[in-house]
Amino acid sequence: MNIIVLVKQVPDTTEMKIDPIHGTLIRAGVPSIINPDDMAGIEAALSLKDRYGGTITAVSMGPLQAERMLREILGRGVDQAVLLSDAKFAGADTWATSTTLAAWLKTQTFDLIIAGRQAIDGDTAQVGPQVAEKLGIPQVSYVESIEACDGTWLRLSKAYEEDSELLEVKLPALITTLSTMNRDRGMNAVDAWAAYDKPLTLVRFSDLDLPESDVGLKGSPTQVRKIFTRSLEAASLKTDLSPEDAARLITDVLIKTMEA
Amino acid sequence: METKDILVFIEQRDNVIQSVSYELLSEARKLVKQIKHVKFEVVGILLGSNLGQLPHDVLNHGADRVYVADHPELAHYSTLRYTHVISELVKQHKPDAFLIGASVIGRDLAPRIAARLDTGLTADATKIEINPNEENTSELWITRPAFGGNLFGTIVCPNHRPQMATIRPQVLDADFFQANRPGIILNLPYKPMEDSVRILKRTKKHNTGPDITHANILVSGGRGMLNCFDLLDEVAVLTGGVVAASRGVVDKGAAPKDIQVGQTGKTVRPRLYLACGISGAVQHTAGMDKSETIIAINSDPQAPIFGVATIGIVGDARAILPLVIENLKAYKQKHS
Repeated sequence: MNIIVLVKQVPDTTEMKIDPIHGTLIRAGVPSIINPDDMAGIEAALSLKDRYGGTITAVSMGPLQAERMLREILGRGVDQAVLLSDAKFAGADTWATSTTLAAWLKTQTFDLIIAGRQAIDGDTAQVGPQVAEKLGIPQVSYVESIEACDGTWLRLSKAYEEDSELLEVKLPALITTLSTMNRDRGMNAVDAWAAYDKPLTLVRFSDLDLPESDVGLKGSPTQVRKIFTRSLEAASLKTDLSPEDAARLITDVLIKTMEA
Repeated sequence: METKDILVFIEQRDNVIQSVSYELLSEARKLVKQIKHVKFEVVGILLGSNLGQLPHDVLNHGADRVYVADHPELAHYSTLRYTHVISELVKQHKPDAFLIGASVIGRDLAPRIAARLDTGLTADATKIEINPNEENTSELWITRPAFGGNLFGTIVCPNHRPQMATIRPQVLDADFFQANRPGIILNLPYKPMEDSVRILKRTKKHNTGPDITHANILVSGGRGMLNCFDLLDEVAVLTGGVVAASRGVVDKGAAPKDIQVGQTGKTVRPRLYLACGISGAVQHTAGMDKSETIIAINSDPQAPIFGVATIGIVGDARAILPLVIENLKAYKQKHS
């Protein structure tokens, strides 16, 4: 089975804080991580390879520093990696990102593309489905488990808000994975050792069959008009309540709400 | 390109129209009223099978016109079939804007349609307004959280139509309703088509407890309550409330994902939100700050949760909640 995994390097947003005076995002010291939903995709690809054999290619689009993340992914057992990186790609929205990724993917053969459901920096969940559309292949998003594959159909479970659906999708297809679907196996010594010997290819704009008007900020139908952080007003704080008084206050509000 | 009207995707599951669709119809009514230089209609698109009275519900909730595709193959959501039918309708009707609920279905469908139509799509928006800086415009300013809710961006789509957005459920009000409201119902032709996805089975999630999005009282815990969720459970049971959790707790595996509140979890609007040991990163508060009353308990007086709280209590929830439980039990005994 030939699997391509789409991955993104993201800032760890749970570590991000806001400068209370300037209302700006403090990015210094925020670690870069493999996007959690993508990490589940990597693990899903590795378990499919365990069962059915084949090769796994990790593909990312981003700045050159994403090479470090791809080396780490190679160290986790992925066979090869590709980084689409070019100053011309900068500022791409999901349309331009998926157009760029699809331009490269069209030159490849694959049975399955796995993407994380969404990235924790942008939270759009759009690139996966848009890549599928650009490639003209079916998609299943919000995948919570993979059951089996007979070579033609992949059986999996998709999470809805309140129920699950057991589905089969005809390959080649694209699926998007939820971070909760599995637990990553970490690195093993053999693969970690081999990470720097495995192929990592850099793809530039000039390697793709795409007009410049389709990539990066210029190729993006959506534009950011303004960016702001929410200003939090200071609350009236009760700092001097004993636990008993605090409990009484809370109980009163609870009872009032229950009985309203 | 000459475009007109605001199109709204009407999402039905098992022939029940999802409330987010009504929220969008109400919002679209407000938007067309603000667009003064041209007369836009609110247009619904509804797909399904044996839809019966549902198209009239769409009119009553604010649509002037509703396109209906009624066919057994459309009973359940199918990415390929829904994308096909809706994209063809968009090409023919040429709406200026197209709003879709940011549900699992909406977030699967909208990007696929936007890619097919080569237009811009803003994801998971929490606010929509008409460009406030210009007269005679129908340009939408669509605001959405990013970076886990730490940051907000206002997104525009200047040169492509329709301007598309998915909008979070429960952030807009579904406040438009008029019984027997007149309007136009138009049936769309549908030719059966092969699907590359087949549904084998649908199951209710086994771990689904009470739904946090419909609770009156939410008793919510953060990292400060790790290993003490039994206290939250007890308060919830005594008050008929439901337990919720922050992302930190869910990420640690201490609570299931479906009770997570926040940007990457669910948006909630209970009558009372009791936040215990939650620091209140914007990623969390973006999902609960519309609650009617918010009580926050945190031992750190600098915790940002106090910025959205109606009542902020500096203290240890692990010490206070047992006393609350005692009080509630005493109250129940007296009133039973």
